[in-house]
Amino acid sequence: MAVRAVVWRSYYQDSMILMRIAESLRALPGVREAAVLMGTPANHELLAAAGLATPETKAATPGDLVLAVAASTDAEAQAALDAAKGLFDARRREREATGRILPRTLESALRQLPDANLVSISVPGAYAKFEAMRGLRRGLHVFLFSDNVSLADEVELKQVAVRRRLLCMGPDCGTAYLNGVGLGFANVVARGRVGCVAASGTGLQAVASRLAALGEGVSHGIGVGGRDLSAEVDGAMTKLALEALAADPTTEAVILISKPPAASVLPGLEATIRKVGKPIVVSCLGAAARGDGSARWVTTLEDAADAAVALLDGRSWAPRAFSDPVAVRTRLARLRADTTRRGAGLLGLYTGGTLAHEARLLLEPLLGPIASNVGAGGEAGPHRILDLGADEFTVGRLHPMLDPEGRAARVREAGRSAGVGVVLVDLVLGRGVHADPARPLAAAIEDARRAAAADGRSLLVVASVVGTERDPQGLGAQVGALEAAGAEMVPSNAQAARFAALALNPSLEAELLGDAR
Amino acid sequence: MSVEQLLGQPLRVINLGLELFARELETDGVPVVHVDWRPPAGDPSVAALLARLEDDAEESAG
Repeated sequence: MAVRAVVWRSYYQDSMILMRIAESLRALPGVREAAVLMGTPANHELLAAAGLATPETKAATPGDLVLAVAASTDAEAQAALDAAKGLFDARRREREATGRILPRTLESALRQLPDANLVSISVPGAYAKFEAMRGLRRGLHVFLFSDNVSLADEVELKQVAVRRRLLCMGPDCGTAYLNGVGLGFANVVARGRVGCVAASGTGLQAVASRLAALGEGVSHGIGVGGRDLSAEVDGAMTKLALEALAADPTTEAVILISKPPAASVLPGLEATIRKVGKPIVVSCLGAAARGDGSARWVTTLEDAADAAVALLDGRSWAPRAFSDPVAVRTRLARLRADTTRRGAGLLGLYTGGTLAHEARLLLEPLLGPIASNVGAGGEAGPHRILDLGADEFTVGRLHPMLDPEGRAARVREAGRSAGVGVVLVDLVLGRGVHADPARPLAAAIEDARRAAAADGRSLLVVASVVGTERDPQGLGAQVGALEAAGAEMVPSNAQAARFAALALNPSLEAELLGDAR
Repeated sequence: MSVEQLLGQPLRVINLGLELFARELETDGVPVVHVDWRPPAGDPSVAALLARLEDDAEESAG
């Protein structure tokens, strides 16, 4: 094993570009591991843990770029470093070809675009707060994608924003829609009559995609960051966003998507909801329905979209376990005709944190305790649900929505685990994420099912896709690829979770399917 | 411009950080200026302190 590294002094590139270059180095002949990152203290720890630290890398400061490769031979390691240089050179030439001089600061950017009305910030968390504060002080609305911003800083930013009636969407805001334009990781949806306020990026993506499937569209989708309804932040941005949608003439119905609000936040939130004066649906994961009837409280993301569209159309609406219970019964009968042994455990492998959380909340009452890294508690037992986008899985790596290989490896591993009978997965499409995430997942599903069969077992894979036909990946093509690999495709995450529960526990049929024939 | 005004106006965006987001906005025909952002020299906490001094100066001036 040969390790080679170079350090480029004062050379900054954004983390996504660096991680993409590292991915392409890992695919080169003989390369076992590659790192392309800034010399921050956390990254030095990563380099050491990966066996990539050298005397050269140890001297790198946070403003320096470190390229380190471990390969079978010294020549292969050197070839990978040369390839990295080639990739950076190509990027530089591409940028120079545009002939544009890029500003270095927000102030100089404002000279180029004096009537800018929003600043989108995705710099490292340590710098995010003061860039956001600069934006707010210059009267700009802020889309704050960066995470690792402290709660105290979030409170301070949002207080300034509220005083100036400016949006501070985030920190840790993955998705938003304003005036028909998607920010961050957004699905391509039509403009329409439904306005959303969301403390969850994937939650907003799921609702927007479901609205698109129903032939509806989004007027605005205002992200607020996952902690907005905590006691400390007190729903500052949620309340401002609700007031804005109430006043917006293009918004005819409103959906609020979040985790359960802190008890101290509820009275103020409900007072704001009462003043919206438009049909409003509230989907707070894990919160019981409450309130005075001024809002319709629902339990899943799918129900939020369905209820809002029903309210707009003046139709009565009631939640259903499955949109097509007869088809579900037929599928279950087909599954049960196969008497091959199947493990008793469920393994949820998710890329969307809110989708993982939703699945856990739906499944615990049906299957019993589920070990998980989302939500509270969770005992070790036969069932597990993992959010693979959580920090512990993404340090120095791309988020699984951008790089599907990490999850694919876990799906393959599940095929070799005798205890796992059902694998439950999501797939999130949209702009900015992987160009064809179904392909590596489908290959892994085929391998896993083959490995189980070789061991005399069957493995059921249940999947749902968040996306639209207009997304770059195309919803139909992605669903088709997973179906061809043998996955049971279900129209939503909630229905996929329930279907997985039925496959594991037939006695739930009466509860979930009634007398559908 | 208040949030109520923003919701009726075309977006005009300054992008700091991931270049991908600037590209996506350009695809939508949104006017966007991408900033060639780099971390300020030195430790983030020092940079934060400098930014605060700068802002305080502006606040008292404005």
